[in-house]
Amino acid sequence: MSSHPNSLRTGPDARGHFGAYGGQFVAETLMPLVLSLEAAYEAAKKDPSFQAELDGLLKHYVGRESPLYFAERLTEHFGGAKIYLKREDLNHTGAHKINNCLGQILLARRMGKCRIIAETGAGQHGVATATVCARFGLPCIIYMGEVDIERQKPNVFRMKLLGAEVRPVSSGSRTLKDAMNEAIRDWVANVEDTFYIIGSAAGMHPYPMMVRDFQTVIGNETRSQMQAREGRLPDMVVACVGGGSNAIGMFHPFLDDPSVEIHGVEAAGDGVNTPRHAATLTKGTPGVLHGSRSYLLQDGDGQIIEAHSISAGLDYPGVGPEHSWLKDSGRVKYFSVTDKEALDAFVMLSKLEGIIPALESAHAVAHVARIAPQMKKDQLIAACLSGRGDKDIFSAAALLGEKL
Amino acid sequence: MSRIAARFDELKASGRKAFIPFISAGDPDAETSLAIMEKLPGAGADIIELGMPFSDPMADGPAVQASSLRALESGANMIRTLELVKKFRKNDNKTPIVLMGYFSPIHAYGAARFTKDAAVAGADGLIVVDLPPEEDEVLRVPAKVQGLDIIRLATPTSDAERLKTILKDASGFIYYVSITGVTGTKDFDSTQVEAAVARIRAATSLPVAVGFGVKTPAHAAEMARIADAVVVGSAIVSHIADKMSAPRAELAGSVVELCRSLATSTHNASSGAAQSDKVKA
Repeated sequence: MSSHPNSLRTGPDARGHFGAYGGQFVAETLMPLVLSLEAAYEAAKKDPSFQAELDGLLKHYVGRESPLYFAERLTEHFGGAKIYLKREDLNHTGAHKINNCLGQILLARRMGKCRIIAETGAGQHGVATATVCARFGLPCIIYMGEVDIERQKPNVFRMKLLGAEVRPVSSGSRTLKDAMNEAIRDWVANVEDTFYIIGSAAGMHPYPMMVRDFQTVIGNETRSQMQAREGRLPDMVVACVGGGSNAIGMFHPFLDDPSVEIHGVEAAGDGVNTPRHAATLTKGTPGVLHGSRSYLLQDGDGQIIEAHSISAGLDYPGVGPEHSWLKDSGRVKYFSVTDKEALDAFVMLSKLEGIIPALESAHAVAHVARIAPQMKKDQLIAACLSGRGDKDIFSAAALLGEKL
Repeated sequence: MSRIAARFDELKASGRKAFIPFISAGDPDAETSLAIMEKLPGAGADIIELGMPFSDPMADGPAVQASSLRALESGANMIRTLELVKKFRKNDNKTPIVLMGYFSPIHAYGAARFTKDAAVAGADGLIVVDLPPEEDEVLRVPAKVQGLDIIRLATPTSDAERLKTILKDASGFIYYVSITGVTGTKDFDSTQVEAAVARIRAATSLPVAVGFGVKTPAHAAEMARIADAVVVGSAIVSHIADKMSAPRAELAGSVVELCRSLATSTHNASSGAAQSDKVKA
């Protein structure tokens, strides 16, 4: 951690709060478990063998470090800043989610938990969880909204192939928030033996901190790779934000570097001024959901509003508490990108760089498309390409009017 | 004395246990919900637990979630929930009302403003499922000012140390969650519940209510022998779901009759328990 006197990297406080956000808003049945998880994680952090085991798996199983790739043609196309892509899409399982899942399953093993549950939106976190469960021989149950099951069929098959049971969630909007509700319900009913691997930097303390810590490998590597390539830090760091796990992992190591501008990109769906979007930080208000206080899409009565995005992984009406705090502090600026802009970026990156990005990551690319032309040629952008787009080809083809 | 304390004193004097039915405010609609509520005391309800509907009730099972969503679809919101309490209070100044729900709607309303308006409307206690002792100060402090009880939950996962934390600022009564799970799902283990209630009794003088897994009159009787109060929720709101195609007056009447059978069974069992205690004595 940083020794900076006014460091922005010291949160959360002992009670799991990032300023006014975060906390442990959970049912009493879960409280003893959440507190013991907190203690187990603190102990693991102090145990060098825990980090050593995780590092070994990240290197040999995930294939880290992931490249920081100079996107030459994309850079030429925009004629502005030099664009680097942090290739989390090249990780085993095709996204950044595995970084966190490995950390959490090692913790589950330390705690003696023998049954793993998780929620998933796009299916990337579900696949990553099913993967680590297969790797360690633990039974795995994945909760997934029926709507997401329909639009992410390849990932549903992957999870099943990896030995996980995918439980369809038919309540509410049948997407990520409802999958999370069901996972929490399962956890309440199986507190003794079950470990809940949350994939987003959201939920009750210690999850937002823990997920962030496991994902900061993204930003730490980007930092040293950029130093090695360019001899300095980037001028701008960009990542997409749903719950915000790849973004917080990318951003956190740069928070105390004032020269680095940081942009988070939310999903604007049909547009932030329509009812169909998932731009929680841009259009939401502070509230309480899934264990923490954070920005939410809610009505005046505190009822949660269903989010919408072309990208299942960003289709969530909440966001991690640390992002809420970073927004209020002004350290990170949050923008949004519509479904159409994301789809255009999806096509553009495929054609210009031979990289098919996940629709989630395409939001970050779309934002880069906006800002890179306005920046100078000697400026540097590092954008997190959080996942690959193979899982999205069916829904993208449908949107682009192609029949498969 | 608060209505809750007065009611438990009264019950204790007559050797009876409390029957606490749960319904969601506005399920299936505001008018029917009021009609049901008004008839509950006559059917034997000693305290009414009134749900404040929320879109994402994570600690509840499918029945209560569906009830919440029916209420929201019929236009329920916090203002209307408090109006319902106010209307009920016009004709009943004795039956305690405990508002149950999640923090999000309260947070949106404003915690201090909520406690004031809830007290003015005539509510007596609050159960906020996702507000554990670590987080409840924001509501507990203004609730105390308004004379509202903060009813805390104890669960099968509460060990002796945790129980201390729970009991520290609890008031009204303690709500023991009889199962590790969401409402209306598993069946309780009465031996385990009995031991837990005994542990809670040893640590507090507050009455102990049991709920979450109580579905039938027989369950209610079993719990009435163990605890001071029995809460039934999922079974009642499931009955509303089953009767949705019936005329509203028939639906209300049928729900009230179900509550009457649960209340009778609770009350008979408890007086039976008092009887057998006397015999032993």
